[in-house]
Amino acid sequence: MSSILRTEDLRVEYRSRDLKQTVNLALKGLNLNVSAGEVFGFLGPNGAGKTTTMNVLLGYVKPTEGTAHLFDVDVREPIARQRIGYLPELTYYYKFLTVEELLRFYASLFEIPKLEAESRIDRLLKLVELEHARRQPIRTYSKGMQQRAGLAQALINNPDLLLLDEPTSGLDPLGRMKVREIIRRLKEEGKTVFFSSHELGEVETICDRVAILHQGELKVEGRVDDLMARYHCNLEQVFLKVVEYQPQP
Amino acid sequence: MNKILAIAGVVIKELYRRKDFYVLFVLTALITLLLGSVNFFHDDRIARYLKEICLLLIWISALVIAITTTARQIPAERENRTIFPLLAKPVTRAQVITGKFLGCWLAVAVALAVFYLFFGVISGSREHAWPVLKYFQALWLQWTMLAVVIALVLFGSVIFTSPAENVTICFFAVLGILLLGGHLNTVALGQKEPARTMLYTLYFLIPHLEWFDVRDIIIYDWPRIPWLDCLLATLYAAVYVVVFLFAAWLVFRRKVLAT
Ligand SMILES: Nc1ncnc2c1ncn2[C@@H]1O[C@H](COP(=O)(O)OP(=O)(O)O)[C@@H](O)[C@H]1O
Ligand SMILES: [Mg+2]
Repeated sequence: MSSILRTEDLRVEYRSRDLKQTVNLALKGLNLNVSAGEVFGFLGPNGAGKTTTMNVLLGYVKPTEGTAHLFDVDVREPIARQRIGYLPELTYYYKFLTVEELLRFYASLFEIPKLEAESRIDRLLKLVELEHARRQPIRTYSKGMQQRAGLAQALINNPDLLLLDEPTSGLDPLGRMKVREIIRRLKEEGKTVFFSSHELGEVETICDRVAILHQGELKVEGRVDDLMARYHCNLEQVFLKVVEYQPQP
Repeated sequence: MNKILAIAGVVIKELYRRKDFYVLFVLTALITLLLGSVNFFHDDRIARYLKEICLLLIWISALVIAITTTARQIPAERENRTIFPLLAKPVTRAQVITGKFLGCWLAVAVALAVFYLFFGVISGSREHAWPVLKYFQALWLQWTMLAVVIALVLFGSVIFTSPAENVTICFFAVLGILLLGGHLNTVALGQKEPARTMLYTLYFLIPHLEWFDVRDIIIYDWPRIPWLDCLLATLYAAVYVVVFLFAAWLVFRRKVLAT
């Protein structure tokens, strides 16, 4: 199977801006390999380095060492982002645009032909249930609506790989359900989904494979059922073992 | 190119949906109109004086619009985090810089066109003379000058962390050049070394924005500028635009944008 997402010995240091130049080691030699058609859960407690990994994959942050590839293209090349969709952990979109203008703008960045773009916009707005608000400026949207607009923009180029950074955090149960449904549907269409989360229940039900990251290091990686068999417990307990959680006596 | 135009389009959309842009616009238009309606003086000197004030207003308003809107662009993208979904698309940071530049420059063109239209109609209706080509030259040169200013401010916006700081510094730099830039060489003559060499170097390095100020051909009804000079001035401005945009890209390219 071809590799869709690959990192090799990825190391990221954040340097503080002040004179002390303290170094914060966010990733310590991360190796990941995600193949086509997989739903890959990227787990870890807060501060583990999940968002940092996404930042490297999207070219926002240059790795201190190591390389990252999407579709065998180095992430430093903008063309690596042609076939991906990305939903940031939290983001606000241009508030003065309406959602359809926003999607049209992003479609033009992918150089999608006008007619094709319009039909995709119709379809996506139906999917995320924003049809009724398509001509309202995003400024007037509720938080949930903004999230859904975010999901629509991540799908505008009909991506083969989706990078979702904690897509369900901050959503109500209904919103979560919807996101999970969409992930499942994308999987059925043969898409690859790479998403970070610390919602272990949902990870267990929709992921083929997971990796658990802790303090910038990959601790465990494997198929969900294999891991459960290996550790003789459910994913949550595996997670707690990996992050060396000590229950209070 | 389509991507750059799309980014420029968003800049323009934002501008015409913002209220504060109109405030300045309406204000200048109003003052121009008021001045134009002062018809009691059939004195040539006063008429010329009024023209001078109108053109000065146009210059200041255009500068304020250009500097404030440009300075906001990239900091606002970062502050509102819209830069992240934008850069997650297959666009380069160079395209973002160029798109922002183009958006601001085109927006300023609209503002200038409206200003000059106002001015032309008012003074034309008073004097029954329509030196359209002269207005076009003045507008064109002012617009090319503003391209340099916009590129400079864009460069400033990736260096300075606060837009207010950037606006202040750029505004004084531009005013300084407009008022003193042309006299720097004469000042240099009266200085001792090393101040002399330094001033001379500065004189040759700065973009001479004051060369683009041809308001006098309208105010004093001087003859048109040779078209070749216009072309040379445009090329001169283009060089500075490229240099500033390239510098902005060099800095922006390396910026760590952690979510
Ligand atoms: N912009 C930044 N500057 C400095 N340190 C950062 C920055 N972003 C993240 N970090 C640090 O890197 C580590 C990993 O953070 P992050 O990737 O956001 O974790 P996660 O997304 O898994 O919660 C943390 O220790 C965090 O403090
Ligand atoms: Mg995170």
